[in-house]
Amino acid sequence: MDKKEIKKLLLNGCEASAEGAIDAGCKFYAGYPITPQNRFPEYMSRRMPEEGGIFIQAESEISAINMVFGAAAAGVRAMTSSSSPGISLKQEGISYLAGCELPAVIINMNRGGPGLGDVTPSQSDYFQSTRGGGHGDYRTIVLAPWNVQEIYDLTYLAFDLADRYRIPVIVLADGMIAQIMEPVKRKKKKENLPQKKWALTGCKGRKPNSIKSLFLKPGVLETHNWKLARKYRKIEEKEVRSECYFCDDMDLLVVSFGTCARISLEAVNIAREKKIKVGLFRPITLWPFPYEELSKLAEKVGKILVVEMNLGQMIEDVKIANKNNARIFFYGRPGGGVPTPEEIFKEIKKI
Amino acid sequence: MKPVYKKPESLTDNITIYCPGCGHGIIHRLIAEVIDELGIREKTIATAPVGCAVLAYDYFNFDVTETAHGRGPAVATGIKRVLPDRIVFTYQGDGDLAAIGTAEIVHAAARGENITVIFVNNAVYGMTKGQMAPTTLPGQTTTTTPYGRDPSYHGYPIRVCELLSTLEGVSYLERTLIDTPANILKTKRAIKKAFIYQIENKGFSLIEILSPCPTNWKMTPSQAFKWTAEVMTKIFPPGIYKDKYKKGEK
Repeated sequence: MDKKEIKKLLLNGCEASAEGAIDAGCKFYAGYPITPQNRFPEYMSRRMPEEGGIFIQAESEISAINMVFGAAAAGVRAMTSSSSPGISLKQEGISYLAGCELPAVIINMNRGGPGLGDVTPSQSDYFQSTRGGGHGDYRTIVLAPWNVQEIYDLTYLAFDLADRYRIPVIVLADGMIAQIMEPVKRKKKKENLPQKKWALTGCKGRKPNSIKSLFLKPGVLETHNWKLARKYRKIEEKEVRSECYFCDDMDLLVVSFGTCARISLEAVNIAREKKIKVGLFRPITLWPFPYEELSKLAEKVGKILVVEMNLGQMIEDVKIANKNNARIFFYGRPGGGVPTPEEIFKEIKKI
Repeated sequence: MKPVYKKPESLTDNITIYCPGCGHGIIHRLIAEVIDELGIREKTIATAPVGCAVLAYDYFNFDVTETAHGRGPAVATGIKRVLPDRIVFTYQGDGDLAAIGTAEIVHAAARGENITVIFVNNAVYGMTKGQMAPTTLPGQTTTTTPYGRDPSYHGYPIRVCELLSTLEGVSYLERTLIDTPANILKTKRAIKKAFIYQIENKGFSLIEILSPCPTNWKMTPSQAFKWTAEVMTKIFPPGIYKDKYKKGEK
């Protein structure tokens, strides 16, 4: 049966993200094999030709992101996917995409690091994702799904955000979301996307377009950076996304994102069964971070427990949001460690 | 009165940053003339390198994108694959193509991407003021080989045409000179053939042009042109290294 006709599919996170991209009108994928996201290029190698798109297995992560740069420059919705060490290699290209204001979507199925690390789920790339990642003064939008449906939804959204703001968008998931299978409900497939006036398509009937991030004349790059800053402020105003659970009546707030938030919600449920008043706050956009939303909650509650699958990275943003001196506790599992709900519940009880 | 000589439409009126006696100006003009003659200006998309030609988008009067250092063939791959009816070429120097971008050029060639590569070999990193390039000749003095390039210490120069000629995906490779009017015309013919191959969907072409850099070679322009012909050609002999579609062969 034609997949287009099927409204609900059973997919793993790689496949769901790929389908989200396809339904958003993505016509170009370039990637390189790396565990735990090998299913992504494999799946795209079949699906892109079916959809009239292009799949290229590049010779390197660097080449893959630069192929995406080319396809994006030509005005097509383009993406790549990888996992942590591969994302490090792509940072040069992401910086150029940011400088040149090209839209592109980059999926990171985060695995443990530093170095070659391991191949199990991790959230160790929070800093890299939310602070720019490559050289230069820039930001990327960072979306953090917590299940397979949401990686479909957020990949779909990522292409719209990338085009709207002419910015690279990172979907920061992990090896867990990459590999588990869950039902996915599809959205409407996007067809006939608007032409991009700035794209390089050949200068027929218009003046030549150029795409660049090099501004050598004194002050011009500064002006360009201020222009980027205005765009970033607009994104901070309009695109913040987060969710709360049991936050109306609580003594302790758990803050967590992605897979870790999903596990934390289980811990919160255990606590609630035992009449312990715990809430969960989950940033969906890691940049822009939901500072104001979290700040309001922090005012209501005296204690915050940050739970991450790393040594404590998002906790720095939680500290920025915490203007009223709520006490902040941390529980983390670095190096590919995945906490159980019981472990987190134990931490909740300690506080 | 009919004009017999004018600036190609494919060049802008901008003044280039190139040094006196530099080969880039001649090569830019040859590309522009070819594009005008083939009537493809409005469907050409080029990639500019990192190096002396980094501002190529200011000089070519068609769509051009910047690329990260050495990544031109990957960027061109992305453009050409999504817009297969456009004419896509990369413009690259020796550091860009044969050092930091070695993987990108080899694999674009191996895939047989239907693009044209204009490779300007001047045996030195020009933009950064004269360091050793992957094509610096044995014995050649640069700012990072002050005692001359010693192959036992610095390694040997890379011959790009010879290297790529082993790849099945490559259609056409030629190395040329621009030291005399005759060789300039020969270079133009090679560039034109490479673009015609792309128009005819014949796959990957690369034209390597031995080009003078009088500033960094510390020579006069005429000495530098002479050096390309008399010294560079000993390591980089001109000629056709591959032509898959040469008449009579296929």
